[in-house]
Amino acid sequence: MSSGPTIIKFTSVSKSWARGSGGLQKVSFAAAKGEFVFLTGPSGAGKSTILKLCYMDELPSAGEVRVSGVSSLSTKRTEISRLRRTLGIVFQDFRLLEDRTAWANVAFALEVTGTHHKAIPPRVQKVLERVGLGPKMQAMPSELSGGEQQRVAIARALVNDPFVLLADEPTGNLDDRASRAVFQLLKDINTSGTAVMMATHDLDLVRNSGFRSLELNKGALVYDSSDAPLPEKEH
Amino acid sequence: MSLALREVWTAFRRAPGLGVLSVFTVAFSLFAFGLFGLVAYNTRLALERLEERVEIRAYVTEGTETDAVAAAVGDIRAFPEVSNVTYVSPDDALKKARIEMAEFKDVFEPEFLPASLEVRLKPGNRDPDQVKAVARRLNGYPFVDDVRYGEEWVQKFYSVRRAATAAGIILGIAFAFAAMIIIGSTIRTSVLARSREIGIMRLVGATDGFIRAPFLIDGLLKGLIGGMMAVTLMWVTRAALTATVFAFQFFPTPVLLLGILVGAVIGLLGSALSVGRQLKRV
Repeated sequence: MSSGPTIIKFTSVSKSWARGSGGLQKVSFAAAKGEFVFLTGPSGAGKSTILKLCYMDELPSAGEVRVSGVSSLSTKRTEISRLRRTLGIVFQDFRLLEDRTAWANVAFALEVTGTHHKAIPPRVQKVLERVGLGPKMQAMPSELSGGEQQRVAIARALVNDPFVLLADEPTGNLDDRASRAVFQLLKDINTSGTAVMMATHDLDLVRNSGFRSLELNKGALVYDSSDAPLPEKEH
Repeated sequence: MSLALREVWTAFRRAPGLGVLSVFTVAFSLFAFGLFGLVAYNTRLALERLEERVEIRAYVTEGTETDAVAAAVGDIRAFPEVSNVTYVSPDDALKKARIEMAEFKDVFEPEFLPASLEVRLKPGNRDPDQVKAVARRLNGYPFVDDVRYGEEWVQKFYSVRRAATAAGIILGIAFAFAAMIIIGSTIRTSVLARSREIGIMRLVGATDGFIRAPFLIDGLLKGLIGGMMAVTLMWVTRAALTATVFAFQFFPTPVLLLGILVGAVIGLLGSALSVGRQLKRV
């Protein structure tokens, strides 16, 4: 566990929707620079909600989310855009543009955030090589395997040099082998200094990794492995 | 800007059918609206020509001194509603009657018809009330024997004109609304087709302004091209109608330019609204 400065801080965060289902209840935790944190728990426990609150796609109903100095209590839309340029976000369904090559998908993230066009090719090349897709840069997403598509998505998330990578079930659509490879890639990314917050169902992965895990149930934070010793669970 | 234009091109290349459909929708919606406008415009011109025929005729009592009538003519010309006054002598009246009613030309005898004043009114002063008021003032002259102005005809003409104007406005608004709704939903479809891109742009931190730009350019271009196509279609239709039915007047150039501008504005607004809605959703 890292003991660097706090980059994400949830203080008594609740989130509720008009429809009633899902949501969070008074969740508090902090994540430090360079840390690897798992979010675990059954479907609907609130893992994705926590990630959405981190990239401020949702704002809390009560409490405060603070990410890299940006507070949910006072933020504006333009500030959220700026914040997202410093985050990397990866989803289970990859969210690639199917009509563009791997290269163009990654370059897109730089183009739409106003990066100078001359600076784009070397950065795209470097990050695609880093995720192991150097030889497949010009492939269309449909020509790539699930694992490779997720690597493209990770490359797109990394190309802006984020301080944290938010990954929502990044291995959820992949077979075992591809899952392990993607997880290894995330570990490598973390080793090089980028914090990772990853929501997952894969408890084996969590146990074997030794990283910090936050367990959610019905919107409440029921367990934080950094608060040892392990509390007795209610049944 | 160059990226925005490239995105417009990429979107068009990816779904050229949708792009062409949007342009055609804009073109045909504006064409339908324009065609209705053309009919309304020509009806108005025809009615204006008909309106010019509104005249008041004051018959002069037999034996009136010409000087007295001449003085009154100057006086009547100064009425604010009056555009022209013509003195028609009994001889002139006879000549005219012989031409207009040739079959009776031998029946008419000299001095058979009285002298009269033919009074024409300025445009905008020809409605029944004003015509009646002028007629009454003419009747006040001692030498005027009788005043005729086809009261019934003027009233009928004006009720037809009012009905045509009301129908024109109501149908015009309906057509304009239909065009806006159709164009708006077509543009919305093309925005929805790209909702994935919008979502990704937002995730990687593109600002709302940056996301909007290609859609606004897209809407503007579609509206502009659609507007120009509509004008071309209207021109062709008018030429065909003029050749086969009767001579249609085409819109004056400023109205045509305004039409193209309206197309561009509808395209721009339609896009702005759709993207705004989409940005709230993703």
